[in-house]
Amino acid sequence: MSLWLWVLAACAAVYATKLLGYLVPQDWLRHPAVGRISAMLTIGLLAALVAMNTFSAEQGVAIDARLGALLAAAVALMLRAPFIVVVLIGAAAAAGIRALG
Amino acid sequence: MSPPPPSASAEQRSPLRRSPALRTGLSIAGAISLYGVSFGALSTAAGMTLWQTVALSALLFSGASQFAFIGILASGGTGAAALGASTLLSGRNTIYAVQMKALLNPKGLSRLAAAQITIDESAAVAMSATDPLEQRRGFWGAGIACYLFWNLATVLGALLGDVIADPEALGLDGAVVAAFLGLLWPRLKSLDSWALAVLAALITTLTMPMLAPGIPVLAAAVLAVVWGLASRGGRS
Repeated sequence: MSLWLWVLAACAAVYATKLLGYLVPQDWLRHPAVGRISAMLTIGLLAALVAMNTFSAEQGVAIDARLGALLAAAVALMLRAPFIVVVLIGAAAAAGIRALG
Repeated sequence: MSPPPPSASAEQRSPLRRSPALRTGLSIAGAISLYGVSFGALSTAAGMTLWQTVALSALLFSGASQFAFIGILASGGTGAAALGASTLLSGRNTIYAVQMKALLNPKGLSRLAAAQITIDESAAVAMSATDPLEQRRGFWGAGIACYLFWNLATVLGALLGDVIADPEALGLDGAVVAAFLGLLWPRLKSLDSWALAVLAALITTLTMPMLAPGIPVLAAAVLAVVWGLASRGGRS
């Protein structure tokens, strides 16, 4: 039963972290610096997500088939492939590299 | 960045089914969904009941936090440690939520719903779009699709165990990497943006061995804020 309490407490706590951001006063977001920072945050956060998903491992960092997926996806993007094709190429590259061992 | 509300003509110009952001959202939801099967299977293996597993996906709904929660319990950690780690990992969702408030500003009940589906994927798709209408469609499309797929997959995994082959053997982790790069790509238009992206990726990677999972993304966010403040000062 006490496990249920921890589960529900975690659900509530994580929801609070999400809701918190929406409670920032609108006035703060009208400040001229916000637009500039917001554009930089978009790039910084997306780049961080790319890095995290490419290199994360149980113990810190690992270089594996995901790096191949990243490079293959970059080539596809340079060739102006549509998004879904880029995603499929990423999957194929990672699966292919693993299959080859 | 406070975009004007989308006009009726914008709605007519691009019908929902042709929305690039909606398609992007569905692709990314597809790429992550099999991880939901893994989560369901691992969660029951870690000693959670079916309903506790379902509660984590339906109510907590943040992949990394969910895996951390069951991972800590499975390795003999306390409920308090599991709660702490999953909450800490969700800190980046707060940053996304501020971004989404600036872009979409949902009100009332839709704000409560928006908070629940504010995760890496929905925020990334919305941020990647430049048109306000597409940002809105991308956020809700990716968020709702991820929510439905993730929860269905969780139930499947919890009931049947890991029936589907290892997501990694199928290259799904590569698909997720490619998806986030695809979302970042249109934003890399200047030398400045490339420099910031490379530095943010570098900081994330270098701090990953030192910080709890998910926290390096916050380090990159701090860098981006400083960068934004500095470049504004330099140019005005």
